Amino acid sequence: MAELSYWQAILRAHDEEMARDPLVFAMGEDIGVAGGTYKATTGLYAKYGEKRVMDTPISENSYTGIGVGAAMLGCRPIVEIMSVNFAWLAMDQLMNNAAKIHYMSGGRIRCPLVLRLPGGTAHQLGAQHSARMEKVFMGVPGLRVVTPSSPRDAYGLLKSAVRCDDPVVIIEHEAMYNLKGEVPDDEHFTPLEGSEVVRPGKDLTLFAYNISVHWALAAAERLAKEQGVEAEVVDLRALKPLDRTGIAASVRKTHRAIVVEEDEAAVGVGAEVIAILNEECFFELDAAPVRVHARDVPTPYNRRLEKASIPNADDVVAAARKLLGR
Amino acid sequence: MDATDQKRLLREMLFARRFEERCAEAYQERQIGGFLHLYPGQEACAIGVLEKARPGHDYVVTGYRDHIHAIKSGVDPKAVMAELFGKETGCSKGRGGSMHIFDPDRHFMGGYALVGGPFPLAAGFGKAIQMRGGDEISICFLGDGANNQGTFHETMNMASLWDLPVLFVCENNLYGIGTAIERATVEINQYKRVAPYRIEAAQCDGQDIDVVMQHAETAVNYVREKRRPYFLELMTYRLRGHSMSDSGAYRSKDEVEQWARRDPIGIYKARLVAAGVLSEADFAAMDQAVQDEIEQEIIPFAEQSPEPAVEDLERYVYVEGGCTAWQN
Repeated sequence: MAELSYWQAILRAHDEEMARDPLVFAMGEDIGVAGGTYKATTGLYAKYGEKRVMDTPISENSYTGIGVGAAMLGCRPIVEIMSVNFAWLAMDQLMNNAAKIHYMSGGRIRCPLVLRLPGGTAHQLGAQHSARMEKVFMGVPGLRVVTPSSPRDAYGLLKSAVRCDDPVVIIEHEAMYNLKGEVPDDEHFTPLEGSEVVRPGKDLTLFAYNISVHWALAAAERLAKEQGVEAEVVDLRALKPLDRTGIAASVRKTHRAIVVEEDEAAVGVGAEVIAILNEECFFELDAAPVRVHARDVPTPYNRRLEKASIPNADDVVAAARKLLGR
Repeated sequence: MDATDQKRLLREMLFARRFEERCAEAYQERQIGGFLHLYPGQEACAIGVLEKARPGHDYVVTGYRDHIHAIKSGVDPKAVMAELFGKETGCSKGRGGSMHIFDPDRHFMGGYALVGGPFPLAAGFGKAIQMRGGDEISICFLGDGANNQGTFHETMNMASLWDLPVLFVCENNLYGIGTAIERATVEINQYKRVAPYRIEAAQCDGQDIDVVMQHAETAVNYVREKRRPYFLELMTYRLRGHSMSDSGAYRSKDEVEQWARRDPIGIYKARLVAAGVLSEADFAAMDQAVQDEIEQEIIPFAEQSPEPAVEDLERYVYVEGGCTAWQN
């Protein structure tokens, strides 16, 4: 088992899939000659050439649409949008075409597009480069939305996404590309559906995804040491479809739930998870579930304000103590 | 072109006209719902261009005024009508409707409702063709209104930059929904708008199918041989409203009448009659045969076909087993 960084894991998945299937190609801004803003396509241009590692003009909507069109004819495009914020420009092609074509055509046309989106609050990038957009994508029938929290899953989810016949949105995190972790030496496919218990526990469940998994794990560690509380951490990983069964199973065991999200609360992952708890296992709950989430502001530039705008492990510990009455 | 083919073409245009008129009736009878955008007046465009392409081999995509492009691509008119009736036997199994006709078996890759949305899709088909190395071309039919979308400029740039084999056909019917072209667009000659992208372009009459075919042949051959985009602007006019709910208040009766005198069916029929290819009586018989086909075969098929089952509502959201199919 090799230790890879998140970006190296993504690069390895690209490389393996491109080597295997000549119809897999990558496109996006600066992904070729420059190797990608987060290095995730480094060296691929030299290896596979400009037809398969395409530097695009800054035209998000149309290059996404070109990916959709190529996917409709059987190609497997991996489209990178440099920052998730720019995906707003690609909404028409993504929402109206990629997500709907299979359904609108009565199942006759498939759109196996992969869209990679570096997102989240990184380092003082300001309001227009620090968005979380999972709430937007997970509300659309026809899309799959996954979000890796580790190099293993960054690798395994991209591998699975390329092979999948549906359009898959992968939300990565700009602050995690240098995160290191173990990745299996053999090919590994992380399922596009289902959640994973990344730390078992019995006293409460911390639901998290992407970067918030790390806050939840840090909080669980402290809760164990400082309070003797055994918190279970569930990496939701697939946001569309959400793992109803796994979400309910954990709470049937712990009877308490906190959803930790980097995103603002409104219409978001936490709202959805809590609705699932209401629907699936309301009477298993010993306390009302809560959300730990970003403040409802455009992400500010100032470092202190930026830090204050998103949650951290301290916030998770505080919420857990309150929930447990300690 | 010999007399048999000339008569066939005339019949195809006449069929297109009668098919659409019958759709309007069915809409009024509420057998067809939603929005319905009809093609009368523009028949020579789709039929003339595709006559010179290879339907079923080349990939075709268009906007929401899509019935005739589909039929000329080889989609069964019964399946098109059944789709309009929302039936399971429709070419999109009743999930698409008038604006979303699909038939990948005939390489008809769809009608789309968002104006300008198909531009990048057409370029994507070109990209896929380029990667696979075939001799197909991608053909994108859109109206003049679509050229004011960002996707027009973005796609022209990339199609030219990457040598994508796409024929862009602009059916310039002078109105974007209900706004006259000169009130919405600075350069009203659409073919001139691709010059900065170094795309070969031409403009011609879209009402005379012989003229359309002549230009289409040049355009199709160019794209097929040079593997480069081409932009063909056809000057045309829709004789009906934008959709069935169009008041028509934005254009004068005189203008519509003037264009009605340049009806593509009228022009072609007059030419064939003058050349002795067919008589007025032959034309009347042809018209009757077309209407009989629609009334006796197409409409009953659409009427008698079953509706999709409600239990199948969520089918096709995802590809069944599409996450794991590769493992098998």
